[in-house]
Amino acid sequence: MSGIPHDHYEPKTGAEKWLHSRLPIVGLLYDTLMIPTPKNLNWMWIWGIVLTFCLALQIVTGIVLAMHYTPHVDLAFASIEHIMRNVNGGHFIRYLHMNGASLFFFAVYLHLFRGLYYGSYKAPREITWIVGMLIYLCMMGTAFMGYVLPWGQMSFWGATVITGLFGAIPFIGESIQTWLLGGPAVDNATLNRFFSLHYLLPFVIAALVAIHIWAFHTTGNNNPTGVDVRKTSKAEAEKDTVPFWPYFVIKDVFALAVILVVFFAIVGFMPNYLGHPDNYIEANALVTPAHIVPEWYFLPFYAILRAFTPDVWVVMLASWITGGIISAKFFGVLAMFGAIAVMALVPWLDTSSVRSGRYRPMFKWWFGLLCIDFIVLMWCGAMPAEEPYSTISLIASAYWFAYFLVILPLLGVFEKPEATPETIEADFNAHYPKAETPAE
Amino acid sequence: MSHAEDHEGTRRDFLYFATGSAGVVATGAAVWPLVNQMNPSADVQALSSIRVDVADVAPGTQLTVKWRGKPVFIRRRTDEEIAKANAVELSALPDDNARNTNLPEADGADGADANRTLAPFGEAEDTGEWLVMIGVCTHLGCVPLGEAGDFDGWFCPCHGSHYDTSGRIRKGPAPENLPVPLAEFVDESTIKLG
Repeated sequence: MSGIPHDHYEPKTGAEKWLHSRLPIVGLLYDTLMIPTPKNLNWMWIWGIVLTFCLALQIVTGIVLAMHYTPHVDLAFASIEHIMRNVNGGHFIRYLHMNGASLFFFAVYLHLFRGLYYGSYKAPREITWIVGMLIYLCMMGTAFMGYVLPWGQMSFWGATVITGLFGAIPFIGESIQTWLLGGPAVDNATLNRFFSLHYLLPFVIAALVAIHIWAFHTTGNNNPTGVDVRKTSKAEAEKDTVPFWPYFVIKDVFALAVILVVFFAIVGFMPNYLGHPDNYIEANALVTPAHIVPEWYFLPFYAILRAFTPDVWVVMLASWITGGIISAKFFGVLAMFGAIAVMALVPWLDTSSVRSGRYRPMFKWWFGLLCIDFIVLMWCGAMPAEEPYSTISLIASAYWFAYFLVILPLLGVFEKPEATPETIEADFNAHYPKAETPAE
Repeated sequence: MSHAEDHEGTRRDFLYFATGSAGVVATGAAVWPLVNQMNPSADVQALSSIRVDVADVAPGTQLTVKWRGKPVFIRRRTDEEIAKANAVELSALPDDNARNTNLPEADGADGADANRTLAPFGEAEDTGEWLVMIGVCTHLGCVPLGEAGDFDGWFCPCHGSHYDTSGRIRKGPAPENLPVPLAEFVDESTIKLG
């Protein structure tokens, strides 16, 4: 399966041979676990394991929470309080699930920006990247619908605002919105279907994760140099790699343990820090909270949504060209989804022949600015929709699009990259002159 | 396919297309109920018309009722509010459309205050006292707050849209005036919505 030459599983005992000739599942696990992994991976390569852990955590805690939760407008809010007060250990399980979503997104953003810096999206890993973006979309859908389930004020109004986005689509928007909600407004039908889909989507994510892993096990991992593992012979490949088990498993589990110390400190001592007090008020269709804010992980895209008001010239231009079909509202929606779409298209927007940002002197600066831009957008999304935040959001949104649509394509033409190392081994030995290749 | 060279329509080609088409139709027929079940159910549709008693609504106050899952503002306006709404030049309106479901759309009624108010029961003259609107911001669906904003009408706290005393958008990201739902006085003090 993998393009990197390595030892494959050989059944030894009679029982192993019996099973292997009928279902080669042990061989599949062996090859997955023993995959040759570039030996120069740095600490930014730990997020994959953290994310896998998060998915497992959310599925396990979610299944038990569903045993006590009632998806009905009259009972949902009360059933959450029932979990918090009556169910044995219920408050802890719910806090794990709530903050688990935050850890999930924290890890996915670092994982994603890792990929953007080291060019992990470039050929031949485009499919891995696209599948990753699909996982990210599913995560956002799952998190959004999960946030609606407690049926607090933020749940209700968040659902109203976000489903309202679909209503902005010209001509068919209102029908789509009604179809999504199952009525003219967010109500019991909405809550029921969101619960059903919130339970379903994590398993879709699990399947996509398997495809994601399958894809990069076929191409091999990227690494900080962006230089490919030599594949001409097993001997050469072994100079560039070490097996995933035990080397990287131990490293990743150590990193996970450190992260979980912080995570459990938050769950234990400040479980509501990332939440909104308004969500402990039961949903009321007649009163809007003074300040509707999505969860922190949606803030950058929320800022982009709000940035495009009718007085922005691109919005006026789009409206004029299409004869008013693209309103400011629809433009904001297009911009928000577009901000994710340009990220998904990055394998074809980046024209540089050098994969890793480490050897791209100009790219480094623009990328650094993109990271700051993301933080700025997150901050603007949390602020009220007024000056100076509107202008800052607009500039930050413009940079987001400029990075993907203008800067990345042009950098490949104008930038003079530095020399990349010949092999991973050469780079490794240059960094660790005395270290020997770990024992095989 | 052994028939790949044969460009004449053969019996086998016909069977391929017929089977394929039948498969597509069958798949569509199977998927449609799964899609349609998400549309509003009969009990949700049944709540499409309600009657509201407005006998106790004094001038300068507002009754908010829930209709089709959304808040409806029933405001009995003061003379001052009516005067203010009438004083607005139509050219100052970002949305110059009455947005009144009770008027035939072909009329293309403009955003004048008189095109948005609800006439009282019977032959009585419409002084513009009654204003009935769906209280959902036309931006992203929040509920605007009454007697607030730069125009003393309604103000949406979510993204800062200002509506005037006639519920017309004047400032902010909302694209349209607050819509006037299907409504009529069925007797002196009862409004029927829908």
